[in-house]
Formats: sequence, C-alpha cells, structure tokens
Amino acid sequence: MKIKSEIMDAAAIKRTLLRLTHEILEKNRGAENLIVVGIRTRGDVLAYRIIQHIAEIEKKEVTLGVLDITLYRDDFERLYEMPEVRDSDIPFDITGRHVILVDDVLFTGRTVRAALDALMDLGRPARIQLAVLIDRGHRELPVKADYVGKNVPTALEEQIRVELEEIDGADRVCVVQR
Amino acid sequence: MQLNSRHLLGLEGVTCEEITLFLDTAASFKKVLERPIPKVPTLRGKTVVNLFFEPSTRTRISFELAEKRLSADSVNFTSAGSSVKKGETFKDTARNIEAMKIDTVVVRHGSAGAPHYLSRCVDASIINAGDGAHEHPTQALLDMMTIRERLKSLEGLKVVIVGDIEHSRVARSNIHGLKTMGAAVGVCGPSTLLPREIEKMGVTVYPHIEDAMAEADVLNVLRIQLERQERGLFPSAREYRMLFGITRARVEAAGRPVTILHPGPINRGVEIDSDVADSEASVILEQVTNGVAVRMAVLYLLAGGRTIAEGEDHA
Repeated sequence: MKIKSEIMDAAAIKRTLLRLTHEILEKNRGAENLIVVGIRTRGDVLAYRIIQHIAEIEKKEVTLGVLDITLYRDDFERLYEMPEVRDSDIPFDITGRHVILVDDVLFTGRTVRAALDALMDLGRPARIQLAVLIDRGHRELPVKADYVGKNVPTALEEQIRVELEEIDGADRVCVVQR
Repeated sequence: MQLNSRHLLGLEGVTCEEITLFLDTAASFKKVLERPIPKVPTLRGKTVVNLFFEPSTRTRISFELAEKRLSADSVNFTSAGSSVKKGETFKDTARNIEAMKIDTVVVRHGSAGAPHYLSRCVDASIINAGDGAHEHPTQALLDMMTIRERLKSLEGLKVVIVGDIEHSRVARSNIHGLKTMGAAVGVCGPSTLLPREIEKMGVTVYPHIEDAMAEADVLNVLRIQLERQERGLFPSAREYRMLFGITRARVEAAGRPVTILHPGPINRGVEIDSDVADSEASVILEQVTNGVAVRMAVLYLLAGGRTIAEGEDHA
C-alpha cells in the first residue's frame, strides 16, 4: 500500500467538521432533541468532535453514542476470521430523537445499512441523518449522505485512509493505492 | 486474533489468548442481551443442531436461546424417542447430520470423546456440551466469565472446586481453563469422589473443607448426585452436608470474602445451604445469564468464514 496523495490536512479536517456542524444545526434548527452517534472506529471520534463544536456554537450539551456494527455485517461468509465484537455504547433511549449518524468514509453503503439496522434494534428514532467526512462513491446500495465533508472521486482499487489524532497520532486524509 | 480450531471440544490445550477472546466477546454479547431487542442478525442462514444424547435442561435451553439471539436456525435432537432408540449408530446419526448441511453441531454425550469422534466424521464445527466425565468447556467459560466480572481478573486467584470431582466434567474443564488463565486451583471432597492422582493435574487437594475455605477466593460447588450414594461412594446426604456442605457458619468462620458458584441444579441443604446460595456471595443466577452470552460468543467465533477475504474494506 502506498500513499498516492494527501487530500486533507489537520486544518482542512477541522474547517470541514466545523462546516458540517453548522449545516447540521442549520437543517435541524439548533441542537434540540439531537443526538450524535458515531460508527466505530473513527466515526465515533468525528462524532465527539462534532459534539464539541455544537457545545461551542449553541452552548448545549448533546449526547454522544458509539455504534459497533460488527454483528450486523453482511459479509461473514467472505471473511477468513470473525471480526472482533465490541460494545455499542448508547446508554439512552433513542426513540423519538433526531439521530445524526457519523462515519469517516461513505463507500459501498453497506456499513450504513448495517448501522441503520443496529439503530432500529435500539429504538425508533424520529429521524436519522447521515454525516460523512469523505464520500468516495461506488455505492452498492441506495444510500445518500445528508452532510458530506468532501466528495472524492476514486478508482475501485484505491483506498481512502482517514487518520485521526486520537487513534493514529495525527489528522490527515490520504488516497492509498493497493 | 484467530482461534486455533474450528471446534470447541474442551479447554485442555486452549490458550490464554483464545480464552480471553471468548470471554471478551461474551462480555459484548451480554450487552446485546440487555437491550430492548436482544437479538442480532449475525448468524442468519446458519444452521445449528443441538444433539443431546443425555438429558439436559439448562444447557440445552441456554444453547437454544444463544442460537435464537444470533438468528441462527436451530433444531433439537434428543435421544429419547429418536432414531437412537431404534438402533441407529452414532456414526450413522452423524452421517445424517452431514447430509442435512449443518454448520454447527452442539453435542452432549455420555461417553468421553464422542464430540472428538464426531469432529472427525463430519464437516461441521463441533461444540462439546458435555462428554461423559471428560469436559464441559462452555460451563467452564461461563464460570470464568462470572468470576472475572466479580473479581476483575482470574490471575492469582485461588479457586477451590468442591464435591464430586471424579464424575465431573465441569471440574476438569474448570481446572484446565483456570490454570491456563493463571489461577491456582484446589479440589475438595470425599476421597471416594476424588480421582486418584488428581494432583498431577496441578491442583491442591484439600481433605477438609475448612482448610479450603480459609484460602479460597472462589468456591465452585458441584452438585452431589444423590444416586452416587446408592453405589456407596458416600454414606448419606446428611453426612455429606456435615463434612463438606457450604453453610453460613463455615463461610463466617473462614473470615474472608468469598464468591460462590454452582453449575446447578442445586441440592439445597446438601452441598450448599439456602442462606448461602441466596446470599450476596453467590453468583449462581449471574452464571445462568452469562451462560447465554458465552454460548453466543462460542457460536459466533466458531462460525467464521472458511474462505480468505479478498482484502476489500467494508466502508
């Protein structure tokens, strides 16, 4: 795997997340009834940052949820070993709430499908919206994000690598050649 | 982290890393069980057969529930009223299972080694749900999960298994698992119910329950099968209680906090008194809850795909 190009640096990621937060607040007319749920791993980190931005802008505490979608995947038959199962951490009722689902990269749409099923098993949200840092195309399911940080047209054999300070030590987004 | 085998035949030879993977995965599944909808679609399309050649209520129900919580299709086969009674051999039963394209077989059998034999004749993953007096790995895993929940870690603990060690597959699986996880294991019971040379498994033998309780962090109290009395292995239930029963007086005399497990069903007033079984020290009902989570973890981890992934990411 070699890095082809860096498409976002730390400052760009920060500006983009701030813009996404403003868009979320604009569309939902504030943070009332909002909860932000990030998909493990990295979606949860982005969700946490969005919540901090909401706190700065609206002076409101919004609840964070972390979703592990492992048990809802559709590709077990194709995997050599079973992926590690980690907890979802959503210790509150999501019924009737407006859920902002956050992931780092939107690709085939299968993770989002799994996440929607996982959320539905936890309750009946009034509305779910999807926010992603990168949309790289190649959808296999009819899924569309409500908030997109950056559209990045890619070839199938390329990968998008999102690195975040909390996990990888520094913030950046790269296109990687397999 | 990957398991070394696609079967769970026993805990002998299972590594510390593998046991930790089972226990960690079970802890995640326990969270699923606490949700409003305690079911996930993970094993949709997989078929599990529960093959019980010995009567069992709780282990079978626990496995059945675990299979349903994971959305697997499961069928039960019990030897009473089955083809076995009509003279079918174990091998033919196995071949029939094979022909039905089953993914996982949960087997309980009165003979030690039956699951091992089955694993050699069929292509499915085999889970041992108890074979003779040999092993009962999922019971030991749920015991370890329960101890770990209460006492944080297994390493350095002293666990004493009390009762009929000779006929107990629960005891053997616990000894293998606990020792692998770094716990010290002791056994205590009437000498007629202790296997000869049990010390060679690396356990301490306590002839007196008071000595065991003075050192134990955990007591795993086994069920005393009253049928054994008829074979003269112990004189009476009353005498057993006097010499080895876990009574409030003994717990208090030991003067140290103790966690008490029992695989069930309990003979109240024989191996354990009601006021101890229902006390704060007892985690007996927690074991039942954890049993479902552990069996979900085992079914999940053994159901792994058999083809190499094509290296695509799941984004």
